[in-house]
Amino acid sequence: MAAPVRGMAGSISIGNTTSFQKKTRSKLVSIPGTRPSVQNGQLLVSSGYNSLEEDRYDSYSRMLLKYFLAEGVVCGHELFLASARDHPDQIMQELPSPIVDDVAGMKISEGQSQPSDPENPDTMKIAWRYQNQPKVQIALASSVRFGHYYDVSKTMEPELRQAAKCHSFYQLQETPVTTGSRVSNNKNMLLETSQQEASALLMNVRNVLRLGLHSLGSVLWGDDVCCKDNPAHCHALTTFLYILRGLLRTSLSVAMVTVPSHLIQNRAVMGRIIRLSDTAIALESFKGSEKETNPLYKDYHGLLHVRQLPRLNCLSCEVPDTKDLAFKLKRKQFTIERLHLPPDLSETVSRVSKTELAAGCGTTATGNKHLDF
Amino acid sequence: MFPELNSILNSTPDSFKSSDFILVSDRRADASFLIHHYLSFYLRAGCKVCFLGLVQSFSHYSAVSQRLGVSLAQAREKGQLVFLEGLKDSVGVLLQEDTSQETQPLSYVRSPGAGLEGLFRFVECSMRQSGDGDAGESWGPPVLLIDDLSVLLSLGVSVGAILDFTLYCQATMCSELQGNMVILVRCEEEDADDVDEEGSNLLQRGLVHQCNLALHVEGLPTGYCRDIHGQMEVWWRQRGENIYNQRKIFHFKVHDKGASFFARGTSSAVL
Repeated sequence: MAAPVRGMAGSISIGNTTSFQKKTRSKLVSIPGTRPSVQNGQLLVSSGYNSLEEDRYDSYSRMLLKYFLAEGVVCGHELFLASARDHPDQIMQELPSPIVDDVAGMKISEGQSQPSDPENPDTMKIAWRYQNQPKVQIALASSVRFGHYYDVSKTMEPELRQAAKCHSFYQLQETPVTTGSRVSNNKNMLLETSQQEASALLMNVRNVLRLGLHSLGSVLWGDDVCCKDNPAHCHALTTFLYILRGLLRTSLSVAMVTVPSHLIQNRAVMGRIIRLSDTAIALESFKGSEKETNPLYKDYHGLLHVRQLPRLNCLSCEVPDTKDLAFKLKRKQFTIERLHLPPDLSETVSRVSKTELAAGCGTTATGNKHLDF
Repeated sequence: MFPELNSILNSTPDSFKSSDFILVSDRRADASFLIHHYLSFYLRAGCKVCFLGLVQSFSHYSAVSQRLGVSLAQAREKGQLVFLEGLKDSVGVLLQEDTSQETQPLSYVRSPGAGLEGLFRFVECSMRQSGDGDAGESWGPPVLLIDDLSVLLSLGVSVGAILDFTLYCQATMCSELQGNMVILVRCEEEDADDVDEEGSNLLQRGLVHQCNLALHVEGLPTGYCRDIHGQMEVWWRQRGENIYNQRKIFHFKVHDKGASFFARGTSSAVL
C-alpha cells in the first residue's frame, strides 16, 4: 500500500494500523512481517487487527481489503478470506502487485528534514512555515521491510499469490442454512472454520492468520440488519463480531472486516459494531454525492474518518495530529493524506482592485472608498 | 491510579467511601482509562476485587496495570483479584457448546433471553468467599468492577435483565457487604427522531438513577484536539439520605502512565 500501513510506534497513524496481541510473551518468537511495537511491546502487523471498514459505496473498502491480503501474501502469512458476493478466488486474483523496487521505498523513508516532494526539492521559500509540519506519510527510519508498496494498475503474479496458503469461505457455496439460531448458522460455520485455522496455526506453525471478511452485514450473509430499521436479529451480527474478537485475542490472527454502512440504517447498531472492533475507519466516497462537484474536494475521491483507534495493552494510543483525512485513488496507488484546501488562486481578486485603482486615479476624488487620501 | 482524579473525588486508597456505586459512562469517547484507575485504586487499597472483563483479555489489563504500578497476576494468585475472562471464554461457550460448571456465568452468550442470573451467582460467590488466603490475609471491603456492561446489549440481553442484575449486585455488594461497585457503560448518539427502546442510552439512564457518583466522558464539543482528549463530567448524586446533585466538568488528557485532569481552559497546551 502506498500510504503507510505501519504500526503505531512513531509514525502518525492513519488509523489503519493496529496491533494484535501475542499469546505468549516469548522473546524468541520472530514471525516474518511482524515487528514489536516500542510503545507497548506488542507485535505489530502492517494494516490490520480487527480493523473495521465502513464504506459508503463499497468500492474503496474492497481496495483496502485487497491491500491487506496482498500484504499477507508478501509477508508469508496465511490468509482466510470470506465473502458472500464475489467469489474469494476472484478477489484474490485482483490483488495488487508489490513494487519490489526499493528506491521508491527509500525515498519516502527519509525523515522530515528532507522533503521528498519532487516538485519542491529545495527548502520552501514562500510557505516556509509548512517546512516543519510533519508529513502524514512519514516512514519509520528503521525498516522499510515492514509494510510494502503496491502498484494497483497491475495484479499480483499468480506464482506469488499461489505461494500463500489461502483458505476461502464462500457463503453461497456452503450448505443452505436453517433460520432460527441466534448467530445464524452460516456465520457459526465461518467462526468455527476460522477458529480451526487459527488454532492450527498457533499450534503447528507460528504464523499469522489474516482474516478478510467482505461486506459483512449485507443481505447475502443472511442478515436483515440492512433491510429493516429494527431488525429482529440485529444482535446476530454483533454477537458474531464479539466472538470474532474473542477468537482474535486467543490466537495470532488479524482480521479486517468491511461493512457496507450505507445499507445499515440503524445508527445504534453501527455504533455497537464500531465499539466491538479495535480500529474503525469510515470511507466516505464522493461518488454520487454533492461533494463530488465541490471545488474544495476536487483533488480527492473521498474522506477518511477515523472513528476509533485501538488502545490495546496501553492506556493511550498514538493520537494523530488531525483527523481530517482524505483519500484518492490514483492510477498506481491509493493514497491517504491530510485534507487541505487547494490554494486560493482566483485571479478575479487582483483584477477588481486594478480597475478600481484606475478609476480612482482617472477621475478626481469622487471617492473610491479604498483609496481615500 | 490517577492522583489528580483522587483529589477531585476526594478519595485515596487509605480513605474512601464505602457502599458506593460509581457509574462510568461515555459517548463517542473511551472511558476505559477510568476503569484502569479504579482497578489499581482498589487493589492498592487492599480490597477484594471481582472484575468482569467482558471486552478485553486479562493480559490487556495486566499490561496497563503494570504501568500504573500494580501487578494483576500477583493479585490474582494471592486471591485478592477474581477475574472473569469473559471475552475469551465466550468463544468456547458458543462454539463448543461448553456447558460445564465453569462457564455458567457466561450462559447469556448461548441464551441471552434467560437473563444474567448465572453471572450474578458468580459475583456473589466470589465476594462472599472468605478473603483469607493461604497467608491468612483478610482483604478490605469487596469491590465489583465491570468493563463493560453495554456489550451485553450487543449479545442480545435485554435492558430490563441488565438492570435487574445491577440491582441485585447493588443490594448485595453495597448494602449488604458494604462494598463498592464501578460499572462502565458505553452510550450511543442520542437520536432525536428515533426512540431507542432497547438501547444503551436507556440503560445508562436507568443506572444513573441507581448510582452515587456518575462520571461521564465525552469528546470536546468544539471538536477534536490533540492535547485535550475530552471532557469528564463528575456528578455527585446521592449519598444515603443526602442528595447532593452537584456537577462539575473537567478536561483531561490520557498519557502512557496516567491521566491528567484540569479545569476547563487550563490545559498546559493553551496556557
